[in-house]
Amino acid sequence: MTKPKLAVYWAASCGGCDIAILDIEDKILDVANFFDLAFWPCIADFKYADVEAMPDKSITLTLFNGAIRSDENFHIAKLLRQKSVVLCAFGSCASDGCIPGLANFYDKQSIMEYAYIKSPSTDNPNGVMPQPKTKVPEGEITIPYLWNTVRTLPQVVDVDYIIPGCPPQSNQIAAVVEAVIDILSNSKPLPPKGTVLGATDKSCCDECKRERNIKKITKFVRPFEIIPDPNLCLMEQGMVCLGPATRSGCGAKCVSANVPCRGCYGKPINIHDQGAKMVSALASVIDSTDPEEIEQIIGQIVDPAGTFYRFSLPDSILRRAQV
Amino acid sequence: MSFEPKILGILCNWCSYTGADLAGTARLKYPANLMSVRVMCSGRVDPGFILGAFRSGADAVLICGCHPGDCHYVEGNYKCMRRIPLTKLLLKGIGIDPKRVRLEWVSASEGNRFQQVVTEYTEQIRALGPFKLSDWAFDPEQSDPSDNGNVAHALENQPVATR
Amino acid sequence: MPKINIVIDGHSLQAEEGTYILQAAKEVGIEIPTLCYYPHMVPYAACRICAVEARNERGWTKVVTACNYPVWEGLHVHTNTPRVLNARRMNLELLLSQSKPVPVLQKLADDLGITEPRWGYGTDTCIKCGLCVRICDEVVGAHALAFGNRGVDREITTPFHLESEDCILCGACARYCPTGHIKMTDIEGRILHSELLLGPNAAITIPFRQAVPNVPRIHTNQCIHMKTGGCMLCAKVCPKECIHFDDQDEFEEFDVGAVIVATGFQDFDPTPMLQFGYGKYPNVISAIEFEQMNSAGSPTGGKIVMENGKEPRSIAILHCIGSRDQNYHKYCSRVCCMYALKFAHLVTEKTSAEIYQLYIDMRSFGKGYEEFYQRILDEGVHVIRGKGAEVVPTKHKRADEGDLLVRCEDTLISKFREIPVDMVILCTALEARKDASDIARKLNISMGADGWFIEAHPKLAPVSTTTDGVFLAGVCQGAKDIPDTVAQAGAAAAQAMKLMSKGEIMMDAAYAVIREEFCSGCKICNDLCPYTAISYDELKKISTVNSALCKACGTCVAACPSGAIVARHFTDEQIYAQIEGILA
Repeated sequence: MTKPKLAVYWAASCGGCDIAILDIEDKILDVANFFDLAFWPCIADFKYADVEAMPDKSITLTLFNGAIRSDENFHIAKLLRQKSVVLCAFGSCASDGCIPGLANFYDKQSIMEYAYIKSPSTDNPNGVMPQPKTKVPEGEITIPYLWNTVRTLPQVVDVDYIIPGCPPQSNQIAAVVEAVIDILSNSKPLPPKGTVLGATDKSCCDECKRERNIKKITKFVRPFEIIPDPNLCLMEQGMVCLGPATRSGCGAKCVSANVPCRGCYGKPINIHDQGAKMVSALASVIDSTDPEEIEQIIGQIVDPAGTFYRFSLPDSILRRAQV
Repeated sequence: MSFEPKILGILCNWCSYTGADLAGTARLKYPANLMSVRVMCSGRVDPGFILGAFRSGADAVLICGCHPGDCHYVEGNYKCMRRIPLTKLLLKGIGIDPKRVRLEWVSASEGNRFQQVVTEYTEQIRALGPFKLSDWAFDPEQSDPSDNGNVAHALENQPVATR
Repeated sequence: MPKINIVIDGHSLQAEEGTYILQAAKEVGIEIPTLCYYPHMVPYAACRICAVEARNERGWTKVVTACNYPVWEGLHVHTNTPRVLNARRMNLELLLSQSKPVPVLQKLADDLGITEPRWGYGTDTCIKCGLCVRICDEVVGAHALAFGNRGVDREITTPFHLESEDCILCGACARYCPTGHIKMTDIEGRILHSELLLGPNAAITIPFRQAVPNVPRIHTNQCIHMKTGGCMLCAKVCPKECIHFDDQDEFEEFDVGAVIVATGFQDFDPTPMLQFGYGKYPNVISAIEFEQMNSAGSPTGGKIVMENGKEPRSIAILHCIGSRDQNYHKYCSRVCCMYALKFAHLVTEKTSAEIYQLYIDMRSFGKGYEEFYQRILDEGVHVIRGKGAEVVPTKHKRADEGDLLVRCEDTLISKFREIPVDMVILCTALEARKDASDIARKLNISMGADGWFIEAHPKLAPVSTTTDGVFLAGVCQGAKDIPDTVAQAGAAAAQAMKLMSKGEIMMDAAYAVIREEFCSGCKICNDLCPYTAISYDELKKISTVNSALCKACGTCVAACPSGAIVARHFTDEQIYAQIEGILA
């Protein structure tokens, strides 16, 4: 009997998701035993051509991490969709856009200029820019073509399941792996398409152990400005904690370490826009009815758009900044 | 043809919607550029509605509620009063002119005022020009306008660099 | 109490043990003259005018003072024997030797046949009866007065002749001084129970004759008991023991199923409209003042008179004062035309004055109103189409002309007119009460720019408001006359009854629901609900909405960061779909 095939791919991502998979400790042995590794560029040398050569639907499960921001990402996304039975958007980049998605605050030109010319650490007096095609004696070589807008995986191809998180927590991955092995070895039915795995339907507050009271905010502070009370809700202490508008599943790790939630697990299932919802929730509990005082209080939030959309700009209603 | 802005109006049921109704029954004319959606209270206005409006092609969003202190629901409008400025900061952060969102208090008896606000705002948005939603839809076939002199190329027939 | 049999001037009667002759005599209607007696105080027998002859069956006889001589079994009293009269004459002559013949003494002297007192008249007016000292002590409780010196130098004074700090200025001493020795200049005010009135101003009055409820009330700032703890005469004499000085204002809370707002209006104050001279010329009065004067219960008894008490020979009635006026109220007050015509009718009925009605438009729109207008025209009232422009004093007037000159433009004949009249009645606007906004806020109903409360719908829900269970009746909703008010009040009452008679209320299907499976209990919504419909379930660690309290504003829905709260009929999906659809 042939083993089911597993593919893991990284598109525009930091590689943390691949590491997170390895972080499941001894469960990785189960993975190795149960699956045939069809494609996993992070840990072994595979060629795209190998994948292209596979028959359609020959890969049982693909864990796709990383956002889609270049031709190459898009090509492989389409390819893996074609070759996989189940395609999972794995991690925040694939599901929400995540940190690579912050590029959507700018346009491609300004990013390129900054990266290759303006950044203080760059020495490029002739303004040489990368070219998609370059003629060399051996022939023409190409590099992937960068998109103006970063997309999430579900925006470009049909995705079966989503495993959120930056990165998804190891225990959650382990649980998913266990469930997948169970389903496949016992021929159980798959969960409905679109299900979010490794997370719950509630928000981060559900897992947060801090004491919560009626919230009335009169002042916003940044994490380094105060020594927070370890037992009291961080938002009540004036921190911009995205926990209420973030899906739970992480175990509220950041907040347990006195760091406000930054929203990496993405929006809970029922909301349309993580940033807008956070604006709504946070502004609602500001304790003032005086327009000037309100302006003054919200003025204390540094970079509201960047804060509220840190992980979810490509997944937001408008998907990118209008530049 | 001159630019006719599309303005989404989100009106509270008790004051502003009634005020708009009064403007209507009093046969006061205001520009047809305003398209109204009724909510029970300005406190129901989720900033997401504003973003949704821009995505759906609005050039501006006008939110009207009861005057502070006169809310039918006691203080729903104060919640709106807090959300809109932060929403404007968010919009500014994602490159949308905050002038494209306006919060006004219009009471049930202020048909005149409703007419004035809508007329004035329509003119303001007309002067501001249309809102262009950039790069929302996913179309990989489209050549990239911000391509630094690179030749446009279709993805399908292009071999992708191998590593 | 054992009864004692006595005989007074041949009348046999039974008196209670311990009563004095004076009281017993009063019971059978025999008046014994006295100067120093007051029924609610211990008798003092200072004036000795009440001398009577007491006898027993064995022929013993003695002249005694009736005011402090207690009755005993078998007592015979004679109030009119020569011996008694002689004693009284002697006592009175002695009093007169100290005092001028003030009216009360003069009258007694006349009654007793004293033409020329033997020892002449004194120069004082005080007869040292001590009534003032005793009333201040025993009744008022202020202890501000006392006797000073002895013998011929005896006098009524305050301690050490100094201005008393204990005096509460009640005026009881002045009121009860029989000779008028103690004076209080300002003796006015309504007198209700005059025999009990201690001071110049009654502390208990009925506010006005047609007051509802028509019962007396105590003015705590004038009541002697409130100042000294004494007096309490009213409580002593009230047969039903209705008077309780400890009663306080109480706030009572009622649970009600419906509220009918019928707070009415206030009268527009025409003082700022200087051109009409209201407050400057005494005979320029407002309509409500005229109405008061016309009432049978008014100080004039319903007579139409000017300030000098004379009947006016001509009256101008000016319509639309403060209404239909860009500077004050733009609306028409609706009732003025008709009451102005009624005034004209009343004036023609009661006086022979010439009446001028100055109107902008005659709005006799109601049933029978136009006919009434025709009748007024037939009664010879002058109606002038043109608003009164100003009221000034008449100069160079003829004897038969009034003091006030009303200027106007008669737009029917295109002429400027000046009409001299004796009296001007200003038909002032009905305006919303100053504190209407407090009511609006309290009941959460809306109020228009002109201050009238706004009905839920001008045609379909004219007595309802935007708050369930609150209904409007009368002028608080807009100027209207009595028939309209009664009709609206009936409708409001019916609406309220409808709610109450059902015993249960229908709830709006729109309310917020928290889906337990998505709520993480962040408590952001908890304080947002003005109706406290949201509470935190400590057991489940989630928030819940009490749908009976929820009014469906949706504030919590917009705030819920996990999208757990759903506004039924205003869900996110519905609104996003509306936005998308309307902008498509």
